[in-house]
Amino acid sequence: MAEIIVVTSGKGGVGKTTSSAAIATGLAQRGKKTVVIDFDVGLRNLDLIMGVERRVVFDIVNVISGEARLNQALIKDKRVETLSILPASQTRDKDALTKEGVGKIIEELSKDHDFIVCDSPAGIEKGALLALYFADQAIVVTNPEVSSVRDSDRILGVLQSKSKRAEEKREPVREHLLVTRYDPARVERGEMLKLEDIREILAIPLLGVIPESESVLKASNTGNPVIMDAESVAGQAYKDAVGRFLGDKIEHRFLEPTKKGLFSRLFGGRAA
Amino acid sequence: MSWLADLFKARKPEPPTAANAKERLQIVLAHERIGRTREDFLPKLQMEIVAVVAKYVAIDPGKVNVSLDRGGDMSTLAIEIDLPGPQAMPSRRAAAG
Repeated sequence: MAEIIVVTSGKGGVGKTTSSAAIATGLAQRGKKTVVIDFDVGLRNLDLIMGVERRVVFDIVNVISGEARLNQALIKDKRVETLSILPASQTRDKDALTKEGVGKIIEELSKDHDFIVCDSPAGIEKGALLALYFADQAIVVTNPEVSSVRDSDRILGVLQSKSKRAEEKREPVREHLLVTRYDPARVERGEMLKLEDIREILAIPLLGVIPESESVLKASNTGNPVIMDAESVAGQAYKDAVGRFLGDKIEHRFLEPTKKGLFSRLFGGRAA
Repeated sequence: MSWLADLFKARKPEPPTAANAKERLQIVLAHERIGRTREDFLPKLQMEIVAVVAKYVAIDPGKVNVSLDRGGDMSTLAIEIDLPGPQAMPSRRAAAG
């Protein structure tokens, strides 16, 4: 039986797809058989972030409507053997996703995977509700910014009331906080919400803090999940987060501003 | 001389805003979390108060001002209703008789 993880946030643009791609890749790199599903029907982007956009033939809606078999729609990653991607449909509208259809796909994938990562669309509409419905664990992606924290709180409420586990009154979905785009220098200047403040407000266990980093854009430009960039702080922070998810004891890093030397201060060294 | 003012404005350090963000979040989320488990009664309370006043006095719906300030420890709901003067009042005695 696979563990079902939803990567969600409520707010758009906080890094759900970047995080889904990184975490799914990280889990697969650790030898776990992992599939990552794009639930953003009509606005698919996971394929681009994963660099498989040219290999998409069928998508999740084709599978639900019976036009394709699941293994025809799954794209095997060429970098990590244990990873595959199930893209969202780009043309159909969101009503094409049904609870029964998604349930069947997840049930089938459960048989031969360790982890199913569900990349949620923004909002709290059907696509987002279906992405979180079957979840065992939730990774709530939050930026240190008021609207993102508020929406994360809202999505936590949805997880606690509208997930399958909540409906069946089973053990609740396990929640993890993933803070992204964290800028310790701005935090130090009092311009950005502190990590401790976000933790205090949302009150769920912290999985990781991904520092603001130029490598995230570079990674998306080239279609390589940022976790594959072992040089970058963001890549390392995602790797740590995956390790913690699998139970490793890893200290949080990149929470303090990097002390710049005179040279880089003069000539503008930037965060890798 | 505006360039001089700009120069000084640019130099003046701005007050940190993160504390502001935290305080505002704590207040708004305290209210929203309550709203999740039970219905927010304030809009209904406001409607019912206005309805009760309207039962006794002919009020102009355009002259009802409502302001709500949700705070951390205390919220204030202020309802300001313009009551028409005695001349404009319909004779209740006649109505009762």
